[in-house]
Amino acid sequence: MSTPTIDRAVDERTYASYARPLLWRLVATREFAVFALLAIVYVYARGSIVGFDGPLTIYFLFLESAPIMLLALPMTLIIITGEIDLSVASTMALTGAMLGIAYTKWDLPFLAAVGVAIVVGLLCGLVNGFLVAYLKLPSLAVTVGTLALFRGLAEGFLGTESISGFPERWTDLLKDRIGGDSSYPLFVIPLAVLAIAFGVLLHFTTFGRGVYEIGLNDEAARFTGVDIARTKLILFMLAGGVAALAGIYQSLYTVARGDSAVNLELQVIAAVLLGGVSIFGGRGSLPGVLAGVLLIAVINSAMRLDGVRGEVTEIVIGCLLVASVIAPTLLTWISGLVPGRVPRPAAPPSVGTTPEPPASGGSSLKS
Amino acid sequence: MSTLEKTPSAGPGSAPRRGPDLAKVTGDLLRSRELAVLVVLLLLVVVATVKSDGFLSGDSWRDLLLTPSILLLLAAGQMLVIITRNVDLSVGSTLGITAYAAGDLMSSGSSPWVAALGAVALGALLGAVNGVIIAFGRVPALVITLGTMLAFRGILLHWAGSDRVNAGEMDPGFLDLGTAQVLTIPVLTIISLVVVVAVGYYLRTSRGGRELYAIGSDPDAAALFGLPIRRRVLGAFIASGALAGLAGVFWATRYGGVSSNAGEGIELQAVAAAVIGGVAIFGGSGSVWGAAIGAFLLVTIDRVLPILGVPDFYQQAVVGALIIGAIVLDRVLASRAERRLAVEREVAP
Repeated sequence: MSTPTIDRAVDERTYASYARPLLWRLVATREFAVFALLAIVYVYARGSIVGFDGPLTIYFLFLESAPIMLLALPMTLIIITGEIDLSVASTMALTGAMLGIAYTKWDLPFLAAVGVAIVVGLLCGLVNGFLVAYLKLPSLAVTVGTLALFRGLAEGFLGTESISGFPERWTDLLKDRIGGDSSYPLFVIPLAVLAIAFGVLLHFTTFGRGVYEIGLNDEAARFTGVDIARTKLILFMLAGGVAALAGIYQSLYTVARGDSAVNLELQVIAAVLLGGVSIFGGRGSLPGVLAGVLLIAVINSAMRLDGVRGEVTEIVIGCLLVASVIAPTLLTWISGLVPGRVPRPAAPPSVGTTPEPPASGGSSLKS
Repeated sequence: MSTLEKTPSAGPGSAPRRGPDLAKVTGDLLRSRELAVLVVLLLLVVVATVKSDGFLSGDSWRDLLLTPSILLLLAAGQMLVIITRNVDLSVGSTLGITAYAAGDLMSSGSSPWVAALGAVALGALLGAVNGVIIAFGRVPALVITLGTMLAFRGILLHWAGSDRVNAGEMDPGFLDLGTAQVLTIPVLTIISLVVVVAVGYYLRTSRGGRELYAIGSDPDAAALFGLPIRRRVLGAFIASGALAGLAGVFWATRYGGVSSNAGEGIELQAVAAAVIGGVAIFGGSGSVWGAAIGAFLLVTIDRVLPILGVPDFYQQAVVGALIIGAIVLDRVLASRAERRLAVEREVAP
């Protein structure tokens, strides 16, 4: 009852099929498809778009899409639990606004203002997390509400004003490059550290296993001792905290405005789903998401360099998103049409991983 | 799993019983969500009238009724989709495209009727795109309509560019419709209300309408029962698209001009109107009356806040707080109803 049981469209396997050869296991995954697509688009762009191999392309690619990369990290974990957070972009705007207000109006030192912004971000996450985890409200409805609430507060605090004039030491630091003149901004290092931290959290800790388990079957998760409410609360607070970092970044990179990052949450979700995370929860991986984020970033910058206007990029990303979701269904449908294979019922049952009931009856009864 | 006794009178099965249940019906009505929201709405209007004379007269009165007409249509369509446990985020983009299409048809010489019908048909077509993918692909509506929202908006931007359809290019008779009134009630609002009543009547009385509720309240049970889920879900999306198309026509006549950002962000308002009006976001419960009153409330708040001295900029924050308040209230009422039912079950036998 806590999470909506939307019927699963395609009952996909959530673990590697060890009956198949290693190569197959590596290649026949969503993540691999995204990586392959990323590689193809990148190679194509380098080959045929003038200026894509220039020194500034990668540099601006990272600077421009840093907020999406940041927000995608906690969003991945949240979607894997089967929840969603639509309020991240609004949190970003609100924390950016608070940073500006704390620094210019309250005359706090810059680092204290950063602290204020992060605390505000965590509080935003706390509100979402409390409503979703403890009051057991549907996250879709809650975060549509907080999307409007946080955005409204940001716009209310700032009005039409935009705050700039943060200390140059920090804004310059943001635009520095690794080693002085490479094509990677210095900002990539904390980004990578954060990505690795989230990857370890999701894939190599008990907490991360709990995240998957909640997404697959929250009832079972509860019986195996996962504290569902606490896990969700922590995830939403992480999302708030990371959104604060993104808001600080955005304020330093451009200016703090009430209407910054409008609709960014949709791009973040698009990137996460493109990276192979299932909207029903329980399935997906962080490397896949990183590939999805980079794919969107590369398409954005390649099309901009090619002189295509922004709207075509929107069409492409929208269609990619739709395609990425219906692809598994289509593949199942097509593989059912191929002659010579045993046609399966709508959901492909896991072949070779479930022990056949009659034969294994004796061996499994060890006690 | 009885998750759906949130709005006692709005529930699908609460057909008025025969006999001495008049008291029960009135009790349900008094406890209903629709009435609560309506009271809030009326309070707002009263407070605004007290604070500023002329709030209920002249242009202000017309605006108060006219502005919600667009959101009313969208909320009705959104409500149809939400009760089937889906959501349609693409209505804002659909509205933009159809509004531009209507304007474009008229500026190239078509009659307003052709333009309006064309816009509604285009809306229905776009809705059908969503519906086919979602109903036959068995994929989540949230993701698909998010994708088509981006794609439709992109198509509109590509088509319109920086062009905008101006009032001069549209049929003058068509533009007059935007301000026409019958007995001081704007025509557009009357049409919207007729649509809302039609949707409400369909949902309450027809087989298809009851099936929409059944599908939303338990898709698996609906499938086992043999309901035509795909056809109904597809129908709901087509209806939502067509209503967004009609809303696009209204947009063109109301504002007398269409640019490529028409209707941006209005999809969240439509969802918000439905949620505030007591439509459960996970389907199976709620009434179109609630969604309609929710739409009126949202638009009225927008107008009343400045009168109360709250800067415009906070408007969204108030809307957000309302949405959260509405769903928290739902949860509290649902758990109270659940406890009461549990007690009754203990006592009854």
